[in-house]
Amino acid sequence: MSANFSAILYLISGILFILALRGLSSPETSRQGNLFGIIGMVIAISVTFLSVGNFTSGFVYVLIFLAIGGSVGAFIAYKIPMTAMPELVAGFHSLVGLAAVFVAISAFINPEAFGLGTPGNIKLASLIEMAIGAAVGAITFSGSVIAFLKLQGIMSGAPITFKGQHALNAIILISIIVLTFYLCSTQSSNLFWILIAVSFLIGFLIIIPIGGADMPVVISMLNSYSGWAAAGIGFTLENTALIITGALVGSSGAILSYIMCKGMNRSFFNVILGGFGATEQSVGNKSKEQRPVKSGNADDAAFLMKNASSVIIVPGYGMAVAQAQHALREMVDTLKKNDIKVSYAIHPVAGRMPGHMNVLLAEANVPYDEVFELEEINNDFANADVAFVIGANDVTNPVAKTDPQSPIYGMPVLDVEKCKSVLFVKRSLSPGYAGIDNDLFYKENTLMLFADAKKMTEDITKNL
Amino acid sequence: MEIDPFIFRLSIFILSIFIGYYVVWSVTPSLHTPLMSVTNAISSVIIVGAIIAALSSNDGVIFSSSSIFGFLAIILAAVNIFGGFLVTQRMLAMYKKKKKEK
Repeated sequence: MSANFSAILYLISGILFILALRGLSSPETSRQGNLFGIIGMVIAISVTFLSVGNFTSGFVYVLIFLAIGGSVGAFIAYKIPMTAMPELVAGFHSLVGLAAVFVAISAFINPEAFGLGTPGNIKLASLIEMAIGAAVGAITFSGSVIAFLKLQGIMSGAPITFKGQHALNAIILISIIVLTFYLCSTQSSNLFWILIAVSFLIGFLIIIPIGGADMPVVISMLNSYSGWAAAGIGFTLENTALIITGALVGSSGAILSYIMCKGMNRSFFNVILGGFGATEQSVGNKSKEQRPVKSGNADDAAFLMKNASSVIIVPGYGMAVAQAQHALREMVDTLKKNDIKVSYAIHPVAGRMPGHMNVLLAEANVPYDEVFELEEINNDFANADVAFVIGANDVTNPVAKTDPQSPIYGMPVLDVEKCKSVLFVKRSLSPGYAGIDNDLFYKENTLMLFADAKKMTEDITKNL
Repeated sequence: MEIDPFIFRLSIFILSIFIGYYVVWSVTPSLHTPLMSVTNAISSVIIVGAIIAALSSNDGVIFSSSSIFGFLAIILAAVNIFGGFLVTQRMLAMYKKKKKEK
């Protein structure tokens, strides 16, 4: 196949990828979008096969390895529970990162196969692109592995900080730039290996100080990195499909990180430099422990809801942990049978990744037109009878609006306290990730329901 | 004077960033998780490079130092392609509108 013709086909597959993202503007068009994405991928792979045109025994191995990876991927996709989606995405990002590193290594060892020159005499531009692809890929890989371990609970979600952390990170980042510079002037393979090793290290160091609840930002950021890594490799291979995709994914991840940061009223650097939960913990806890709270049981909650005419549900990460989404939907079905209006309010940073709560509710067959974003629903709390907070905490804390001393001051929160009564399902009075006491617990109209979210929801349904 | 082809690729890259910017802002927030899984799947188009790498050895040798990295990258990217698209499909199939009142 001529190089020009394959370049046009790569362009088409790039356009199909754009349409795949465009489809996600509404749930109705999204499935079609995903199909476009699949077609784009099939085109890209077929064109590569045809343009390499080398159908030798090596080709059989390509198909075998493709089938192995494909079946593993398909198996994971069908088996994974929806609550584990953040871990899955983090894990997948690490694979993209590592694949980018491997492709860069292969191109460095055997540049002739890619038309980039000969070993020890690789074209300067290609070498820079390769180094960027490999470095960003390596950072994506090790960063995603740490994110995965933290989300999976294998590693503690608490931020790990030590003295001189920022200085060390800065030195490593500078050394990456210096290494790239020397790599280009000497073409030394040792420098190439060191560059990759150092990049693995910095990916690891960047993510360990970031706490569990900041994971939405981290996952989005790694999503972005995986895109830039792909784009770097795309420049090396002079492949339009890869360049377009890399740019799309890179900007997509960057926008998501921005949205998540805004949802927490924090700057990107503030999140990345880390240690939020660790440094501020002492501030919020002082002298607030002794205030009285009203606590109730499932019977009280059922009574309140039965007499309500509208209920707003505020889900959070706790719902995902307790796998309470199905029980919640059943409760809501019962409420609806009693002619009670129910809607769901989702805070942008609820859960561990962007849109986490929406997916879980969709899994439990909650129609998406009953689910609202913060701006859409925040005015409705004043007119609602009951707010049912299940597994959320900091995103409902009125302190963000009232106390300029609070670390979360200025963060957009759901105006849950404006409801006539608030039901707060929680295991204990412990503060949320930010270590800040929630004023909502002590309000007159708040009833605390101390129990596992799933069990409490089921009990309420029985009592309705 | 001729323009370096690199500049053309750079133009594509920068224009694509702009396209990505506008397209992603139009994605509804409730679909942000599928957005991440699908971007993840499409960024695995890096498999194109992996295939070239895997078939890079000469003289009938299948596994050379450069092709082994290619084969490994194929496995990783394939996990992502199949896993990413299928899990997105699975998620999107769950988003349903309210059923009309009977």
